[in-house]
Amino acid sequence: MDVSQLSPANLGLFAVVGGVAALAAIGVVAFPSAVRSALCLVVNFFMLAFLYFTLNCEMLGITQIVVYTGAIMVLFLFVIMLLNLGAPQALIERRDLKWIGGGIFGLALLVVVGSQVLQPLMKVTQVKSEATFGSPQQVGLTLFSDYVYPFEIVSVLLLIGIVGSILLAKRRMQ
Amino acid sequence: MGWYHHLNPVFQDVLNALGRVLLFLVPVLILVPGCIWWERRFLSWMQDRIGPNRVGNISWSKKSKLVPGFLKGKKWHLRGLLQPIADGVKLFIKEDITPSTIDRTIYFFAPAVALFPAFALGGVLPWGPNRNLTPIADVNIGVLYMLAVSSLGVYGVVLAGYASNNKYSLMGGLRSSAQLISYELAMGMSLACIVLANGSLRLTDMVQAQMAPLWGYVPFLQNWFIFTPFGFVSACIFLICMVAETNRAPFDLPEAENELIAGYHTEYSSMKFAVFFMGEYAAMFVFSGVFATVFLGGWNLLPVRWDALGHSSFVDAMVWMNTYLSPLWFFGKCAFGITTYIWIRATLPRLRYDQLMSLGWKSLLPLATGNFIVVAIWIMLTKVYGPAVGWGSSLVALFIVFGIYRAFMHGPKSKRDLEPRQIRLLDPSPRNVTLVNPEPEVTA
Amino acid sequence: MNGVPLFAYLSLGLFMFTAGVVGVIIRRNPIVIFMCIELMLNAVNLTFLAFARYMPAMIVQPRGLHSATMSGQMMVIFVMAVAAAEVAVGLGIIMAIFRLRNNIDIDEMSLLRG
Repeated sequence: MDVSQLSPANLGLFAVVGGVAALAAIGVVAFPSAVRSALCLVVNFFMLAFLYFTLNCEMLGITQIVVYTGAIMVLFLFVIMLLNLGAPQALIERRDLKWIGGGIFGLALLVVVGSQVLQPLMKVTQVKSEATFGSPQQVGLTLFSDYVYPFEIVSVLLLIGIVGSILLAKRRMQ
Repeated sequence: MGWYHHLNPVFQDVLNALGRVLLFLVPVLILVPGCIWWERRFLSWMQDRIGPNRVGNISWSKKSKLVPGFLKGKKWHLRGLLQPIADGVKLFIKEDITPSTIDRTIYFFAPAVALFPAFALGGVLPWGPNRNLTPIADVNIGVLYMLAVSSLGVYGVVLAGYASNNKYSLMGGLRSSAQLISYELAMGMSLACIVLANGSLRLTDMVQAQMAPLWGYVPFLQNWFIFTPFGFVSACIFLICMVAETNRAPFDLPEAENELIAGYHTEYSSMKFAVFFMGEYAAMFVFSGVFATVFLGGWNLLPVRWDALGHSSFVDAMVWMNTYLSPLWFFGKCAFGITTYIWIRATLPRLRYDQLMSLGWKSLLPLATGNFIVVAIWIMLTKVYGPAVGWGSSLVALFIVFGIYRAFMHGPKSKRDLEPRQIRLLDPSPRNVTLVNPEPEVTA
Repeated sequence: MNGVPLFAYLSLGLFMFTAGVVGVIIRRNPIVIFMCIELMLNAVNLTFLAFARYMPAMIVQPRGLHSATMSGQMMVIFVMAVAAAEVAVGLGIIMAIFRLRNNIDIDEMSLLRG
């Protein structure tokens, strides 16, 4: 790695934000209570949005906050709390032998992917895209001109999701 | 201040940003108690009573040696301006009752999480034309930032309701968050209409665009978006959603005193309740600021374009006032928004929960979507045929959209739903009904 | 932001992905398993955007796509949309199962076991 290209202030900012995100990711897996896992995931998504801002993708970063943190995680918290009303003890788990197997598998995955994929990319520090490539204008132009077919198909998919979730939530007609 | 120029540019930026934050935050923090006072006085004026007007009245004594001569015997009638400070002191020194079965971490953080979006939203509001002073962050995603931060406001409510370990608080919190996410959609859609008409998400660009000639034609009036047809509809929808987003009457079912005790903040006492309270008023203030920026022309005083009126001393004075006294006009528009909030609270009864959800999903969201289509039609026709055809067709399209909405929502079938319920007796023959306890006759 | 190597973003993405995989293996609560799936999807999003910034695809024209430099961000948009739809339907399924059995422990759902 070319050390002269690095900037300590920006590295420090990344370390703080990324460190909180990594700790929150561990928290999602480690907390036995489901509500705490959900809240750790909220913190993780929030920190990821900041990381997207540092990557010059501000449109996607703010979309991350609106969609993931503001809607999907609220939905998760809803479901967890409604189930809490029903069976409060059903959501706390106990420790198991599975943890050891899972831990070994995770470590193996980390080592294998890290050595094969990340090792050749260690020297990349140069930014090759322009600073406005994540602005709303650019994203909108590309999305509605080159990627308009996937856009329409995804909107149909969301419609299917809406219909499906309404059907699942209806009580059975006796 | 030589030391400033010797600093790292990164630290210079940080200090600049801190200064801008203080410039915005300090007036807001001072105005929140003023907002509380104004609410109590204005609400009581509308309810034909006098609000708190005793606290802060000072009668300087006539005989004491500590009072300077010109003050002896005078009375300062502050008309209750210190009432919010008295409320604050009371809330500080009140006993802090914390239930024992709560979830401690979440209980502790929920008021902070509720307060954060209220102040964070002010980070993109421009209160003047000077780019070095305002806004705190001139991001090119300004409008989306507002939507993101207001969607983070759901967490304070949900976490407060959950942490209280109380079924009624939890239900209050869940109902409130369902209300918040429902009205967020219509709010986003109405803002999307304005963004589409404007072409930019940046809030400073939005204020600049409102300084253009009205409707593209009239040279001496400003194009405040509330004066355009689709902007007016957007403004009405945004106003309703704004009131729903801050949990204010008539949408305050989650914190209604007679429905769910106090809803999601039942178990919070003294200082934590004060934090919720302050968060609600700060959110009112900031949302009024958003309304002023997007629809009412931001920091301009009047919808008049002074540079099209020639060069007289009056015009120069007005231009100077518009540029240098702009924070006054911005905060004045915020005060107007807060007065609207209080007025609506004094006038309208509370909505029932199903009425509330039906209004958000079945009325506001289709209207906002129809408005969006109208804006799209306007843009396309203006590009092809010119402004006159554009505005005319947008008015026609608005009427068509509204007609379709009326036909669906208030047509014959739904009128049947509003009729009084008919009770059918098992035996429909008329019966003689005698009272069980007939009135005793008065005997002398 | 300049001066942060690509390796930093990629390693954080890999760490989050591994945490998600371990979570799916270990946890028994289906809602938490769902959340670990979301964690994996977000790790992938971060990787897409990091590559989009540091090593964007060169401008190619296969089948009419004029600019492949924005393809990373487009993928992220679609991943977000698909994840949102998946969460809605999946949580509906979990609620329906809970209503039926009053128990959401994944180790107990073994009806198909021979």
